[in-house]
Order: sequence, then C-alpha cells, then structure tokens
Amino acid sequence: MHRTGDLFGQYQTLEQQKDSATLGMWLFLVTEVLFFGGMFLTYTINRSTYPIAFAWGSNTLDITLGTVNTAVLILSSLTMAMAVWSAQTDKKRLVTGFLIATLILGCVFLGIKFVEYSQKYEHHLIPGHNFDLSYHTEGPEGAAKLQEAFRQDPGLTAHTQLYVSLYFAMTGLHALHMIVGAGLVFWLILQSMKGRFSRSYNTPVEIIGLYWHFVDIVWIFLYPLLYLIDRHLK
Amino acid sequence: MPRVHYLNATYGIRSWLLTTDHKRIALLYLAVVTFFFTLGGIFAAMIRIHLLTPEGALVSPETYNKLFTMHGVAMVFFFLIPSIPAILGNFLIPMMIGAKDVAFPKLNLMSWYIYVLGGCFVLYSFFTGGLDTGWTFYTPLSSIYSNSAVTPAVIGIFINGFSSILTGVNFVVTIHTMRAPGMTWFRLPLFVWSHYATSLIFILGTPVIAITLLLCGVERIFHFGFFNPAMGGDPILFQHLFWFYSHPAVYIMILPAMGVISEIIPTFARRPIFGYSFIAASSIGIAVIGFLVWAHHMFVTGQATYSALAFSFLSYLVAIPSAVKVFNWTATLYKGSISYDTPMLYALGFIGLFTIGGLTGLFLACLGLDIHIHDTYFVIAHFHYIMVGGAIMGYLGGLHFWWPKITGRLYPEFLARIAAIVLFLGFNLTFFPQFILGYLGMPRRYHNYPPEFQVLNVLSSAGASILAIGYLLPMIYFVWSMRYGQVAGPNPWPATGLEWRTASPPPTENFEHTPVVDWETYDFVNRPDLGLATKPAPHLAPSHEDD
Repeated sequence: MHRTGDLFGQYQTLEQQKDSATLGMWLFLVTEVLFFGGMFLTYTINRSTYPIAFAWGSNTLDITLGTVNTAVLILSSLTMAMAVWSAQTDKKRLVTGFLIATLILGCVFLGIKFVEYSQKYEHHLIPGHNFDLSYHTEGPEGAAKLQEAFRQDPGLTAHTQLYVSLYFAMTGLHALHMIVGAGLVFWLILQSMKGRFSRSYNTPVEIIGLYWHFVDIVWIFLYPLLYLIDRHLK
Repeated sequence: MPRVHYLNATYGIRSWLLTTDHKRIALLYLAVVTFFFTLGGIFAAMIRIHLLTPEGALVSPETYNKLFTMHGVAMVFFFLIPSIPAILGNFLIPMMIGAKDVAFPKLNLMSWYIYVLGGCFVLYSFFTGGLDTGWTFYTPLSSIYSNSAVTPAVIGIFINGFSSILTGVNFVVTIHTMRAPGMTWFRLPLFVWSHYATSLIFILGTPVIAITLLLCGVERIFHFGFFNPAMGGDPILFQHLFWFYSHPAVYIMILPAMGVISEIIPTFARRPIFGYSFIAASSIGIAVIGFLVWAHHMFVTGQATYSALAFSFLSYLVAIPSAVKVFNWTATLYKGSISYDTPMLYALGFIGLFTIGGLTGLFLACLGLDIHIHDTYFVIAHFHYIMVGGAIMGYLGGLHFWWPKITGRLYPEFLARIAAIVLFLGFNLTFFPQFILGYLGMPRRYHNYPPEFQVLNVLSSAGASILAIGYLLPMIYFVWSMRYGQVAGPNPWPATGLEWRTASPPPTENFEHTPVVDWETYDFVNRPDLGLATKPAPHLAPSHEDD
C-alpha cells in the first residue's frame, strides 16, 4: 500500500487512520490486562493461602527504592502526557524535550530496579539452592521472629520462595514492558527531531503514550501488592 | 482472467516475503498451515497404525506418548487455530467489507512471521527429543518431571500466541473502521460476524495461555514453584488458567467454520439466510458463554460440587446459540433450490457432524456421566467430531468455495465431490467407533488396550486410511487446478457477497473503485448482477392470500 503524506494507502481519511490506530492500541492494552491478569490471579491465590510467608517476603523488599521508583514512574507518565499535549498544540521542540525526559525517567526506573535485583542476589533471596530467610533477622530478636513465623507456617522457606518467584516474574515482566516502551519512546524522539508530529498528525505519540501509561498503571498495582501489604507485621 | 491481479502484480520471492497485501499473506499462511496439518496428520497416522493391535504395533510406549502429544500440538496450535481465520479470514474480511486491506497491513505480515518463528521453536522441540506431556501441558509433569523438550515447545506456543492476538486486534479494528459506505453492521456477511466473535476470543483468551505457558516455562528453567505442590504451588491453578483459554479456543476453531457454513448454505440453496440477526448474535453469544465454562474439563479434580454444578449448567447453555445456528441453517435449506456442489456437500456434512459432536458434548457436560467417560475415547471422539467433522469440514468447504476467487480457476468438480464423500465416510468410520470404545471404558493416551477392543480399533484405523485419501485428493487437485483449472470468472456460483463483485483473482487493491453497498446481504432477488432468473421463486413472492 502506498503512502500519501501521512495517510497510509489502506485508509480513506486521516480521521479513519487515527481511529483505527487508537482502537488498535486500546485492544492491545486489553490483551495486556489479561496477560498480567494470569499472574495477578496466581499472586492473589497464593497470598491468601500463605499470608505469613507473603508478609515475610514483602518485608525483604527495599521500600525506599520501591517508593522512589513509583514516584519516578508517575513523573514519567506526566512528562509523557505533556509530550502528547505538546504535539497536539504544535509545540514541536517541547515534544522532543518531554519525550527525552520520559526516556530518562524510564531508564532511571530500570536502573533502580537493577539495583534492587542485585540486592536480592546478595541477600540470598533468589529462589533455588541458596535461598536463605535469615536476611533482616539479625540478633536474638530477629531469630525469635523467624522461629515464630516457622511455627505458624512450617513451609515458610518454600512459600516465601513462591513469593519471591512471583516478585521476580511480575516485576520482570513489567521491566520487560518498560524496556519495550523505552525503545518505542526512543523511536518517537528520532521521529520528533525530524519534526514529524504536529496538530494534524500525532497518532504515534498518542498511542505510545497510551502504552506508557498502561505500563505505569501496572506498576501502580504491583507496588502496593508486593511492597506495602502486611508491612506492619514486621 | 484479468491481465493484472494480486498474484502477478509483482514477482520474486521478496515480493512475497515482504508483502503487506492481505491476500498474499493469506497464501503465506496457507503454505505453513498445510505443512503443519500434514505433519500432524502423519503423527495421527502413526497413532492409528500403532493401535491396530492390543499390545501396540509400532512404537515404544514413550514414543507413543510423544506421538499423541505432537499430533495435538501441531493440530491445535498450528493448524486449527490459524487455519480459517488466518487464511480465509485474512483473504476475505477486507473484501467482504469493501476495504483495500486490513487496518494494519504490516502488523498482519508480522503476525505471519511470529507464527513461523513459533513454529520453528515447536519443530525444534519435535525433532530434538519430542514432547510427551500431552497437548495440555499439565503441571507438574510438564514443569518438572518430563524429560522431553518441553521448554522450546512452550516458548514456541507462547510466541505463536502473539500471532493470534495481533490477528484478532487487526480483525476487530478492520471490521470497526474499514467498512465501505453502506456496509452497516447488519449488512455484514455472517462470516465477518463469526470472525468478529473469534477475534474477541483471540484478544481475551490468548494472553492468558501465553502467561500460563510462560510461568510453566519459567518454572521449568528457574525451578520456581508456581504449580509445584512440593513448593506450595498449585497444579490445579495451572489447569484453571490453561482451560480459561483452551476451552474458548475450541470456539476459535469452530466459530470461523460456522461463518463459512453461513456463507455456503444460502449460496447453494438460493435463499437469504434464515434469521440473520439470530445467527450473528449467536456467534457473539458463543464467544461470551464460551469464557464461562472452562472448569467442565476439571470435574474430576475434586473441585467444589456447587462450582461444578454451575459450570455444568453454563456448559449446557452453550448448546442454545449453537443450536440456533443449526436450526437456522436447516430452515434456510427448507424450500430452497438446492444444488449439491462440493462446498455444499461439506456444509451439509458439517451440519450433521457438528450436531453429533455438539450433542455428545452435552453428555460430557453432565456431571454424573462425565465421571464415567472422563478421559476416555468418548471425549476423543466428541472433540474430533467438532474439530475434524466441524472445523476441518468448514475449512475445506470454505477453501473449495473461495478457491475460484483465490486462484481465478475452478477445481475439478467431480473429483472434488468424490473427495468430499470419501472424507465424510472415512471420518465417520474413524471416529464413530471411538464413541463406543470410550463408553466401554478405553482410556485416552494409552499405548495398549485389552484384546476385546481390537475390532473397534481396527475399524477406526481403517477409517483413518480412508480419511487420509480424502485429504490427499484436494491437496493434489488444488495444485493441479492452479494451472489447468477452468477459468472461473468473477462470480461462478453465483454468490451475493462483495468479494464476488470484483475480478477473480482480485487486483491488489481489491476493488477498482470503493464499492457503495445499497442492498441487504444474502438478497438474491434484487440483484440483477447475479444473472439469476428475474422472477422470484414462488415461496419468495409476496403472498396474496389476504387480498
């Protein structure tokens, strides 16, 4: 199909083209909801079956880094929304600026995530042979707590590994979506530097924006589920 | 034949592998889908040869496990699911709604590449150790204990899922935004409605199987414990997640076939379809209810009695929209001017076989009876009546019906009718004995059986050899007809759809001018362009009895 200006050959009008792209992205996001949904279900069932182990697992996470990352991600959603707004109002230089800001914030998020992952490695919290619950239980008080938890849930080691497995699977899949999103934003930056986006043609910014917001919203659910619930039990 | 059409507009292997034309992509799918069908068929043939004798005639028990698994995986994920949507749906939906192409042509091509990539992983698994978990991949066998090449297979099916998802997104958007002027929702051919319903299942179901198999693969690679009871995980959770997709997937296979039948029946009965809106709504109804019945595969897992009751009831409920279709097709035939061309033979075969398959599904939805026939050959016979008797009959019927549009040439009619009849007989001989075997208690997936079951097994294997001839014949004469078939002309049947109002084969842009639709669908009376007798048939003429 040949392309005439911004209009691809299979379409009759720019409006039809925009409607199609937007509907397509929303439908894709519906599939993404169900994609993550399977893991949220697995999480929910296991959390209600093994509350002690999951509370124990939650407490091994670094809440400061998690909270900072949440803030970084929300900020990136703001800059993404500003990029869309700039495109719609013909502010071509601002589009590029906000997109670059979004990309930087996305990379900061991934960087912090990497730090968190490597901490888990150092603390022997990777599921498998060397999995060790003793992190965060220094001193006699900690040991007593661990003993008490084992009394309540004799399978604590296995069940906490289940939590950590879910933590890695869920945040890992989310991070993978962030990497894809960062790639897409990078492509947008290149296009934007050529001055492609304007009041009349800004569909790519808009639909990649939708995707970016979706990935953020997934994190908005992951953060309380993984970091916050049952934190007070400690 | 037109001088320039989509097949000869450009030449060379690049022009095919980089095409964004939905018609060419459909043919790319046709090639790979046929390959997987043949592969799955060879596995099936080996299974039937093996079961000729009670102790097993051909392979070791381990190899037998691999054969039925690889038969299932090749057929379900790489033949049945993509067959009608990705080939006929891809080719026809844009033409049926009067569009130049699907909404996202590049995405369409990407879907094919994703499908091929997934296929490569699965083939790698098949030929480097095979796969012995059953196509259902139940954990913890698949995630821990199996020594076969589960990981590449799971990755392949995971990748392949995105081909389905993207095709579904493409179809839904295309149907929403690409319709020609005058092509209202209730003028859409029922083929399009059934693909809309199918696409909804692609969109809502496929991501769930994707994540489930991903978790299964991750568990296998990193020894996570999601589905491993030894680590506190839950193998039943896997079954719930698996069937949440895989039961609706049954409707992915049958709904498009129903769409094909809804096109063939009015064409060869020369009557508008009876109860258009009911058939359209029943497609959506099947897709919706189909999502609420998955746990009927798990009646013997010890699930709660009340939840089993609910799932049993909901499973019965699916029978209603399915029966609406069967009754409406039959009512369309009533007083029609029926001609028994090959597509019609397949359609009539479909109605009969689908009815048997559907009714035996009700046996299985019955809680008490299911305990007796669960995991027996009764189940095998039931779903092969739906998938082979239903989906493949619909697929072959559709392929014959639209072959003149795809290639511009007719297949040899006499030979094709013979093939259709051979297929029908071979199919029934293969699978009807399996109902009896299952009822008598022969379990599925066993490499041997008690000697008293031999007669029925030999009958089934004999039927399979006849069935194989029925499949080989079309493969041969379709290829033959591409060069030597009679030139078809734009509308050989004649049929009423928009796709028949352009040349055969169509030009790359489908239509010379964007069509404007000002007639109702399946209307044979007010369509002088069809070249039928202008005087309406007596039963269609306005009644004067009340004058």
